[in-house]
Amino acid sequence: MRPMVRQVVPFAKRPKSYVCGNTRQHRVTVMFDGFSAEILARWQFAFTVSFHIIFPSFSIGLASYLAVLNGLWLKTRDKTYLTLFNYWKKIFAVAFGMGVVSGIVMSYQFGTNWSVFSDRTGPILGPLMAYEILSAFFLEAGFLGIMLFGRDRVGEKLHMFATAMVAFGTLMSATWILSVNSWMQTPAGYSINEVGQFVPEDWWKIVFNPSFPYRLTHMVLAAYLTTALVVAGAGAYHFLKGDADAPSRKMFSMGMWMLVIVTPLQIFAGDLHGLNTYKYQPQKVMAMEGHYDSYPEGGPLILFGIPNEEEKRIDYAIEIPKLSSLILKHDLNAPLKGLDTIPDEDEPPVAIVFFSFRIMIGLGFAMLGLGLWSVWARYRGTLYDNKWLHRASFAMGPAGFVAVLAGWVTTEVGRQPFTVYGLMRTSDSLAPVAAPAVAASLTAFIIVYFFVFGAGTYYLLRMMGVPPTDQKKIGLREGPMRGTGLHPAPPARSSNQPAE
Amino acid sequence: MIGLELSFIWAGIIAFSVLTYVILDGFDLGVGMLFPFTKDEKERDVMMNSVAPVWDGNETWLVMGGGGLFAVFPLAYAVVLPALYMPITLMLLALVFRGVAFEYRWRTKRWKGVWDMSFAGGSYMAAFMQGIALGALVQGIEVENRAYAGGWWDWLTPFSILTGAAVTVGYMMLGATWLNMKLEGRIQAHMRRIAFPVSVATVGFMAAVSLATPFLDPVYFQRWFDWPFVGFSVVVPVLVALCIWRLFFGLQRHHDTAPFLCAIAMFVLGFIGIGISFYPNIVPPSLSIVDAAAPDSSLAFALVGAVILIPIILAYTAYSYWVFRGKIDPNEGYH
Ligand code: HDD
Ligand code: HEM
Ligand code: HEM
Repeated sequence: MRPMVRQVVPFAKRPKSYVCGNTRQHRVTVMFDGFSAEILARWQFAFTVSFHIIFPSFSIGLASYLAVLNGLWLKTRDKTYLTLFNYWKKIFAVAFGMGVVSGIVMSYQFGTNWSVFSDRTGPILGPLMAYEILSAFFLEAGFLGIMLFGRDRVGEKLHMFATAMVAFGTLMSATWILSVNSWMQTPAGYSINEVGQFVPEDWWKIVFNPSFPYRLTHMVLAAYLTTALVVAGAGAYHFLKGDADAPSRKMFSMGMWMLVIVTPLQIFAGDLHGLNTYKYQPQKVMAMEGHYDSYPEGGPLILFGIPNEEEKRIDYAIEIPKLSSLILKHDLNAPLKGLDTIPDEDEPPVAIVFFSFRIMIGLGFAMLGLGLWSVWARYRGTLYDNKWLHRASFAMGPAGFVAVLAGWVTTEVGRQPFTVYGLMRTSDSLAPVAAPAVAASLTAFIIVYFFVFGAGTYYLLRMMGVPPTDQKKIGLREGPMRGTGLHPAPPARSSNQPAE
Repeated sequence: MIGLELSFIWAGIIAFSVLTYVILDGFDLGVGMLFPFTKDEKERDVMMNSVAPVWDGNETWLVMGGGGLFAVFPLAYAVVLPALYMPITLMLLALVFRGVAFEYRWRTKRWKGVWDMSFAGGSYMAAFMQGIALGALVQGIEVENRAYAGGWWDWLTPFSILTGAAVTVGYMMLGATWLNMKLEGRIQAHMRRIAFPVSVATVGFMAAVSLATPFLDPVYFQRWFDWPFVGFSVVVPVLVALCIWRLFFGLQRHHDTAPFLCAIAMFVLGFIGIGISFYPNIVPPSLSIVDAAAPDSSLAFALVGAVILIPIILAYTAYSYWVFRGKIDPNEGYH
């Protein structure tokens, strides 16, 4: 046995950089193809969390949609709703499963790759995540089985309750995790102790930190939009393939209504979010706007251009004079500060933030356009016949995912070089891991995720490619949906499944 | 003083979560590991269906164990995970493979075999890595300056391989006795037959681990042979022996439930044994529960949630098991 070291944890006075010597050594001396453990760990986090967020964006929206469908079925007894419920339920089960397994990876990654961050922020972020687990994850998991398999076993009322609980759980989950993320963006209600840990002082301020309400609203709306686009896109696909049955029509129509209502709200919420960010994280907004320079007499809104990080300017900029001042300060001539006022070592990377922000905004307006078009078509009575509208909806099916990813990239990269904004640097958050270990695990994650989630995405697309009325085809692959036939448990109290 | 108490309450809650995880996901992983023992598609269908409605809830206890550690013992979380970097990463990847199989398996004909393999392989890998992690923890983790200070391969030792194997066969025992309880007919008889050898192997491994542990560290040795713990040292093996006897008796007499309950009891006893060795450390050999605890305000805030929500969670979890109680009908799984 190797000798075990007994004495540890010297409670030194709070060191400026909190990383133990051993870490630095790893980071400087052990390189893997020229990449430091830090950059590899960042890629690993970005890669795994980007995969993860795709599934919640869909399952948060879909869970609520299922609850609505189930409710409408109970209320109206219109078979269309039940058919749609059973159709999307199976799709939900696959997406949710992918969300769960990719999420479990996330919850351990704080420790494996960002252990210094975990030690220091654990007292604040940990309890928030514990609440997420206790109030959301267990709720989702506990009622998921009943929602998926239990309609005939518990009766329709309890089944409705279970469906609502799953939807509620996904929203709770979003609430807590966004509180966590928002605290990292706009920390509040803390103090720092002698070993450098953030210590909670005021939980109310921590949970409801300044950017949290905006981020939560924006993200939940984003999840609803993403789902609406997928649902409508699937309906449009079926129209284009020539199946215009009642359920396909219903889902296309519901998706389009959702888009019409939610997109303007999202744009409004996004604008407020941006103003809030400008107040608390000005350099992020400078990067989003591409403002390398200060504008003492009103800043322009740069619609497009190519950030030139060396020369610190935007090449080929197309700009509208003074509009940025109007948006951010509601005054055409208000002076705007630029990145030239920020020390170099505190500057976020501009190009990524600049582009991803424009992708999100562009897609937001495209969604608005699609929604307005659908209103027009509805008014003309051509909602179910307009081929070009259907093609456009089909093309926009994945747009929500792209916008969500672009939004998160803006938020997270714009926060750099800090993990806790202004207080803790990313480079000081790293675990004492060696680059080769991170490189190996990153490679493994990339291979496994593309393989496993690639297959899952293929199944999802194939399931959505079968029209809801053509259940026979899916019926063959119903799988566990009706596989839990149990006796002596109570026999089916109500069999409202459409003929299978 | 209040802080002391809070951290011990929390240590208890986390120990409870880990134990719950080990039992629940234990039989669930065990079912996956028993997949290769039958080639019959229909039998595999019912095996998987016996856990399909509950596996997600089972796995959430793993998130609770890790998340709870992050919340109330951030230092332990920050030390243990880098130390177990590789086993944890492999376990997570394995859980990805087996978790998706629950749904994917039914979505394809051509690739069904692939997802069967991913279900079984993922279960083996996850169980083995959990056992390795346990062994590595018991051996002790080197800590310096609030960070892991050991090497990259410290987790890999004969002892950790021994615990890895022990946990793997132990989960198989849980899985086989679970299936004995939930299934009927030929497949039930098959699982009952498998339950015998894996239970014998589990007992053997438990004995080997128990004998090896006291020699890892003089503290463990003392703990087990000092008063008052020597009482436990005598009682625990006796109780284990009783469980074993009842388990085999039940299998022989074709009892449905008793063998599974006895298998669980064996895990509980083993867990208590490990707890005795650990106490009062959270990460042996040197990080104590008190040292690793987050500030009181964190512990208290999280405790409010735990005290209110854990009983509710247990209630609806029990309800969910109740809804899906009874035997799986083998004729229903494959229309
Ligand atoms: C805005 C929403 C959102 C965001 C930003 C995140 N998650 Fe997530 N997560 C969910 C919304 C969600 C969800 C909707 O609740 C999921 C998706 C599918 C599911 O099973 O629940 C989920 C599942 C999920 C699970 C599995 C839960 C279970 O076992 O049932 C874990 C452990 C995590 N997440 C952890 C994380 C971590 C550590 C994140 C940050 C780094 C994170 N999630 C970002
Ligand atoms: C879910 C959608 C999210 C996406 C797509 C995302 C994306 C990213 C990206 C791209 C980075 C790397 C930034 C860089 O290296 O320049 C990053 C870093 C990070 N994010 Fe997020 N993020 C998401 C959510 C979260 C959440 C909810 C949390 C907190 C719980 C979080 C915590 C972190 C941490 C700790 C890092 C540290 C590594 C770093 O700063 O490079 N992220 N994220
Ligand atoms: C067109 C109007 C929109 C505006 C003005 C807007 C504004 C913003 C701003 C300013 C941020 C960054 C906040 C920060 O980093 O502190 C952001 C982030 C984000 N956006 Fe948007 N957005 C719009 C549309 C959309 C759409 C259509 C989606 C998705 C469907 C979306 C999804 C997101 C997400 C997921 C984030 C990251 C999480 C967050 O910080 O809230 N946005 N948005």
